[in-house]
Amino acid sequence: MTSIRYPGAATSEGAQELSARGQMTAGELLRESGSVLRMSEAAAAEQADRAPGDQETMIINMGPQHPSTHGVLRLMLELEGETVLRSKPIIGYLHTGMEKTGEDLTFLQGPTNVTRMDYASPLFNELVFSLATEALLQVEIPPRATWIRMLMTELNRIASHFLFLATNGLDLGAISMILYGWRERDLVLQFFEKTTGLRMNHNYIRPGGVAADLPDGWRDDVLRILDALPARLQEYDELMTGQPIWRARTQGVGVLTAEEAIALGATGPILRASGVPWDLRRDIPYLAYEEVDFNVVVGTYGDVFDRYAIRLNEIRESIGLVRQILDRIPRGDYRVQNKKVTPPPRARIDESMEALIHHFKIFTEGFKVPEGEVYVAVESPRGELGCYLVSDGSAKPYRMHIRGPSFVNLQTLPHMLRGGLIADAVAVISSVDPIMGEVDR
Amino acid sequence: MSADDQAVPDEQAVPQEEERRHGAPLTRQLGQVVLHPSREGYRDLVEQLRRDGYTFCLDVTAADYLTHPGRSGLPSTVTPERFEVVAILLSFEGKERLRIRVQVPDGDPVVASLFQLHPGTEAMEREVYDMYGIVFDGHPDLTRILMPEDWEGHPLRKDYAVGRIPVQFKGAPGDR
Repeated sequence: MTSIRYPGAATSEGAQELSARGQMTAGELLRESGSVLRMSEAAAAEQADRAPGDQETMIINMGPQHPSTHGVLRLMLELEGETVLRSKPIIGYLHTGMEKTGEDLTFLQGPTNVTRMDYASPLFNELVFSLATEALLQVEIPPRATWIRMLMTELNRIASHFLFLATNGLDLGAISMILYGWRERDLVLQFFEKTTGLRMNHNYIRPGGVAADLPDGWRDDVLRILDALPARLQEYDELMTGQPIWRARTQGVGVLTAEEAIALGATGPILRASGVPWDLRRDIPYLAYEEVDFNVVVGTYGDVFDRYAIRLNEIRESIGLVRQILDRIPRGDYRVQNKKVTPPPRARIDESMEALIHHFKIFTEGFKVPEGEVYVAVESPRGELGCYLVSDGSAKPYRMHIRGPSFVNLQTLPHMLRGGLIADAVAVISSVDPIMGEVDR
Repeated sequence: MSADDQAVPDEQAVPQEEERRHGAPLTRQLGQVVLHPSREGYRDLVEQLRRDGYTFCLDVTAADYLTHPGRSGLPSTVTPERFEVVAILLSFEGKERLRIRVQVPDGDPVVASLFQLHPGTEAMEREVYDMYGIVFDGHPDLTRILMPEDWEGHPLRKDYAVGRIPVQFKGAPGDR
């Protein structure tokens, strides 16, 4: 397989594609799986030289327009019949340089940029960026803002996991799941629309607090969602969890052991499915998670079924969390009252010259953030979502890097697909739940 | 910032003030532990830390300090260079993260790859290579990952312009 050479491509960095079987070297095999298996280079070289029988192998592309690749993921597969011998995910189709853009936006504009990365759970992106900015600013946000952030992100986790259940069901042939999953997700999105004005890409969580207080009647709205969901989850159990076809398609497929998951840097449900009880909300708490009770759902076998079951049960845990938040959410300010960080309320602008000046300065220049660097992470529905932020003392980040959990989790694919069938590949890709906006950023 | 400015206080101040772990200077940034190994000692440090329980490599990224060379947070014994490779490790037992900042000079942007220790750094190191042109010695497949393979330049470098697509409206003033 030769890659296309464009005229004038003087700086070609080598092909990103999977190389042909004849060119397969020990390094190629090590890249794919050997280092995780702790295989020696000699053993890898021996395996690389071995031809896969007399049959011909075939390299085909799956994606970037394949419906089961969740967006624009392209997967090169080397097949022998229906068995996947090697594979390589090729990404970058949705790369829009958001980290570069982030260096050109002020800290106040930053959330509008990062919220578009993981578009299935936008509030987590805003949260991690805001937490990193606040760590550099060393401001303490009011308790109500903290609890509103917890409420909104837990609801977002529910919405995101419903999206996973819908697409996972669709990928595996439980077609009606796409309707059910979307229906339930929409309940949450309607609440988001009422609170933030938008169904996605909210720009609601901002450095210093949240953009607006919860709307009138929010408690009834949330309770209506929470009351509706348990019965629906019961339906999912009947439709999928106990169903023999579902179990046959998912159990024992795409197994990843704990050692492999740790070596490959997988986080979130993939790591927990392998039996590692690691959840940042419990182990390195942020916001007010040390004050609430919840269980960390952990799997045993690390297969597709475990990853499905973990997400399903995390919805139940999140419902319990939201109920606790409803009971305990305090009154008070929803954003920090620091004139240099927070714009003044609209009414003050009419009567106070200073308020007008502050308002103008914040929205034209932004606020200056002290020099320093910080790494902050939260537990997004996909794993550890981190933000590495460097400030040079100006109003714009000097460097803004987001550690996208999907980007790292995608590396587990070649390892899990090896030796499986193409039909299983669809199940495995779906179980990783990659969001390409976050992978490519 | 020149190294001469710092040479004088170094000799007295270092033995008392500077905290070290496995020979690498240790600083704290907003309560977070940061290690500053030399380029040569970077891979060995990560290997020693892995034995200490930092078994999980969360992230490898970089920063280009071309327009902000006098950054704070570096210990006096470390000479600032243009690039900085940042690795973030995690310990499950200690429930803590640790950050490593390695100075990489502009003229010879090469550091050791962590691939053999933490295979999960494969995509992250490719991304750093793609965005900054920093070469990871020992990486099995150091090709571009996000940009097209025939792309020229490394976009996240500070001397790489943000760029704009010319707006083609009627009467648009000049080239924007």
